Amino acid sequence: MGKISTRSRLKSPWLFHINSGSCNGCDIEVLATLTPRYDAERFGCSLVGSPRHADILLVTGPVTRQMISRIVRTYKQMPEPKAVVAVGTCAASGGPFKGSYSIEGPIDTILPVDAYVVGCPPRPEAIIKGIIEALTRKFG
Amino acid sequence: MEKEKKVNVPYSRCIIPIGPIYPALKEPININVTLDKEKITDVDIRLGYAHRGIEALAQKRNIIQSLYLVERVCGICSHSHGSCYIQTIEEIGGIKPPERAIYIRTIMMELERMHSHMLWLGVTAYGIGFDTFFMYAMRVREKVLDIFEEATGNRVQHSLNTIGGIRADLTPQIISKIQQLLLEVDKTVQFMLDVLNSTTVENRLKGIGILKKEDAEKFCVVGPLARASGVEYDVRTEDPYAAYGDFKDYFSRITSTKGDTYARAEVRTLEIKESGKIIRAILDKLPGGAIKVDGSALKLSRSIREGEAMTRVEAARGELFYYIKTDGKDGFKRVKIRTPTLANVICLKDLLLGLEVADIPVVVASIDPCISCADR
Repeated sequence: MGKISTRSRLKSPWLFHINSGSCNGCDIEVLATLTPRYDAERFGCSLVGSPRHADILLVTGPVTRQMISRIVRTYKQMPEPKAVVAVGTCAASGGPFKGSYSIEGPIDTILPVDAYVVGCPPRPEAIIKGIIEALTRKFG
Repeated sequence: MEKEKKVNVPYSRCIIPIGPIYPALKEPININVTLDKEKITDVDIRLGYAHRGIEALAQKRNIIQSLYLVERVCGICSHSHGSCYIQTIEEIGGIKPPERAIYIRTIMMELERMHSHMLWLGVTAYGIGFDTFFMYAMRVREKVLDIFEEATGNRVQHSLNTIGGIRADLTPQIISKIQQLLLEVDKTVQFMLDVLNSTTVENRLKGIGILKKEDAEKFCVVGPLARASGVEYDVRTEDPYAAYGDFKDYFSRITSTKGDTYARAEVRTLEIKESGKIIRAILDKLPGGAIKVDGSALKLSRSIREGEAMTRVEAARGELFYYIKTDGKDGFKRVKIRTPTLANVICLKDLLLGLEVADIPVVVASIDPCISCADR
């Protein structure tokens, strides 16, 4: 049973995307990853509407003070095993917003991050690579 | 059998929180909707989840650093933000960028409007459950992003502006690619209009989320939302900036009087076509010469004296306003940004009242909210 679920998780990871106060740049690149040009859905990736269905959490943005409790709650709602991918420079380090009064991030001070995808915004290919990296590290 | 007694139980008021994390909206906004059966009776909007304190951060940084900061207010209209900021700085410093730079800036602004409207059409289609059209719009949009990548080096955050000009020139190859793109876009717009004319889409969009002209004026909404309600206001023609003064006659202001969601979709689709007309006209008249004034950007930024200025540009979502007060030491006393979404999101309550739950995603999407702009 465990073998089957591990195999299907590797074959078809379901993603949930949280915008933690990013500028939209990374969010539309996450969307572009799943739409025809880059089409991550051919690898079985699918963006799901509920964290309870998800295997991988994609976090974009530098984590604002308002979003911190919501992110933790969403993360707790995901079933084990789960992985977190920090998408974008803001999620990895705070980026240009570092030092602001309303930024509590980066995300790795709050959640255990399995893969970082840097870039402002990262290219869709890089996001796919980040997802694969997190998959092999966590479930592989 | 005893006849079933029909008791008229008043439904207790039911409040549905939408957001800040919600699958249909990609951005953090919280809308508390009060329902009576299926009908919406009250709407409470809460913003501020994406507040990053950009205005305060800009006051701690110098002029060049702040340019790259304000471009990250929004990832979809980053060039509009950057251009508005740099226009204000150039006005304070009395710097006149060469004509070629201004023309290329304008081309980029129009390309940005194109891709933003295409994204919007896709998101609206997604809101009514029309995923095929969402995928189609996103595929067409990639072609515009290819031009951005080739011309500036980045797909989304193309920091093209610098003080006194632009950083990268348009080569003849890129110009021919833009012309090829425009031919494709014309066909796309026709296809999009055909799709909008189909009965399924009309049934979901027509007569929903009506904003009357008086209300539009009362709420001071801007951009395509105002134009779809019959308010003839466009900063490009009212207060021409960049190269729009020279190309006033080459495009028309698209307006509609209906004010419903369908009118907004139509206005935005036709605006894509108008953007194509502007780009064609500019490419025909593109002057040669330098793309930047002499001297390094750092020296120019240090030479900017104490002063204040304001500029408006027409971003994809409407009027974008910057007020900047410099301190004469390469820093700021105040940077004020007023984004179009902040003006538009207020009318959401009026639009949603009386509608059904299933209409919420499409009506919210129809005002083209950019929460990261509104929260800054």
